[in-house]
Amino acid sequence: MTTRLDLTRSPRTLALLRSRWAQFLLRAITLAGFIFTILAGLIGSVVGSHNFAIIFVWIAWWTALKLAFIPFGGRSWCSICPIPMPGEWLQNGGILQPRGRAGIGLGKRWPKSLRGTWMQAGGFLLIGLFGALTLTSAKITAIVLLFILVLALVLSLVFERRSFCNYLCPIGGFTGLYAQAGPVELRVKDADICAAHSEKTCYTACPWGQYPLALKSSANCGLCMECLRVCPSDNIAVNLRPWGSDLGPKTKHRLDEAFLGLVMLASALVDSAVFLGPWGQLKSAAYNIGSPDWFLFAGVFLVIALGVLPGLYTASAWLADHLGSARASLRKSLAYYSQVLVPLGLIAWIAFTISFAIVKFGYVLPVVTDPLGWGWNLIGLSKSAWVGETTSFSLILQVALLMVGLFWSSRVARRISDTIRQAAPLIAFSAFITLAMLWLLVG
Amino acid sequence: MPMKALPFKTALINWKRWAWAIPFAGLALLILFIPLPLPFHAPQDRLLRIEASTFQFTPGEIQINPGDRVTVELVSTDVVHGFSLDGYDFELKADPGQTATGTFIADQAGVFRFRCSVACGNLHPFMIGKLQVGLNLLFVRGIVLGLLAISAALISLKNVSRGMA
Repeated sequence: MTTRLDLTRSPRTLALLRSRWAQFLLRAITLAGFIFTILAGLIGSVVGSHNFAIIFVWIAWWTALKLAFIPFGGRSWCSICPIPMPGEWLQNGGILQPRGRAGIGLGKRWPKSLRGTWMQAGGFLLIGLFGALTLTSAKITAIVLLFILVLALVLSLVFERRSFCNYLCPIGGFTGLYAQAGPVELRVKDADICAAHSEKTCYTACPWGQYPLALKSSANCGLCMECLRVCPSDNIAVNLRPWGSDLGPKTKHRLDEAFLGLVMLASALVDSAVFLGPWGQLKSAAYNIGSPDWFLFAGVFLVIALGVLPGLYTASAWLADHLGSARASLRKSLAYYSQVLVPLGLIAWIAFTISFAIVKFGYVLPVVTDPLGWGWNLIGLSKSAWVGETTSFSLILQVALLMVGLFWSSRVARRISDTIRQAAPLIAFSAFITLAMLWLLVG
Repeated sequence: MPMKALPFKTALINWKRWAWAIPFAGLALLILFIPLPLPFHAPQDRLLRIEASTFQFTPGEIQINPGDRVTVELVSTDVVHGFSLDGYDFELKADPGQTATGTFIADQAGVFRFRCSVACGNLHPFMIGKLQVGLNLLFVRGIVLGLLAISAALISLKNVSRGMA
């Protein structure tokens, strides 16, 4: 039996989830923080470690996303993300308005050929290729954030709903992929009530273009709660569920999810090597964009992300399929077995973040007291950043986490296979990735 | 998969389903923390000359033995750089073209990162090197734990048919 804890059964929680004001308050805070981050990046110190933009985006927020929002809330960050807000307000014709009222925008449908998570994976590849510069230059971070904000706004005026979030946002791809492993889901309580309801107000209201009755995975639901607000029958549940509930033999997965999962894995490996490894030449190559060394780095990165890992994964999926009792096309197998990549990638990113963030967290307090790096001391804290060090606790935690990831992905591999023999190639793939991460983080 | 939403106060985890995890957790803790004998090497005096430049240490990877008396000569070839060794209270700072020297006893085994401790540019937070003192036992323990993790995953589903886990 699959157990769920429906949060809407608590009247207070239901009221909180239904309230547009509570959500608006959080969104207003994140939007203000986002705009301040752009300003800090543009006018603040050029020294990245002294600038709010770098420290809050790439250390505080990026860490919170991977250690808190996704593992405990699935796509909960998407429900308060500031990026689509201005465009959505224009689309809806007001800040607290539901969808469907008179707003601004052409409302075109997103082209079919560009659907799926392919472009989100491409965006994540770009982050990896230019990450050493973007993650360390406040101005570049600000320009990228501003570009994303404007792009989301323009797209929302041309296309319907959250097209940017659904098809382009690399972070949306990241959170969507790993939200399948998260412990939160939005589902209907009684399917018959929805089937009898002809107006489908939930679908009309959903900025993500989802129909709650058809939701089988949490990958594409941004937990905005609009369906909960407009459902006339109070038929929407927000469930706490066991981790990994979207992964199993009866769930459906697409080929683009496999590609996204592999790009995420490659990025975790390459980021670990570039940012945490002892190879100075690699760091310089990744940083000096446009130089011959950078082209070499970019080539190797792309070969790993688009060649080596997909090649190994394809070989594992092909072998697993041939060791099973029923045959499927390679395309279907690649999509079906991609579930293994979800816990493997999520935990690899969490382990990387533990290694990365604990050491760098000493940079956070100084930028709180001096966000622009102008020598202010706003709240009387120390302005000098602690160098930071990897503690033995942090190292043990990283090892333990990687093993949890291997256990989880092996379990998923076994669950979606008929026999241990069939699961073996997928487990071997997971073990190889885990060993590589182990070597990069504690080797 | 059809779901059954339980009343708010009565949703409970079926702990019995996870009883198999107890011995595995105990074994995992044992693998992670049990003291293991290390191969003995007579302690030596070592002189390490490390060049620091944006944003790398050369050499970036160093291997020594536990008990070694290590003298580090930090030479900065461009701007001011620092050298801070994780797990050890050891720090140096070298001005451009100058050499800073310090000595410590490698009394802890394992792998330790050393980092630049003086802001030297955009990639400064990632200017990192690696000092390995003796065998990297944590890495070895990690590999054994990996085998245990795979075994635990398979055993946890041993009596469960496909789709029911």
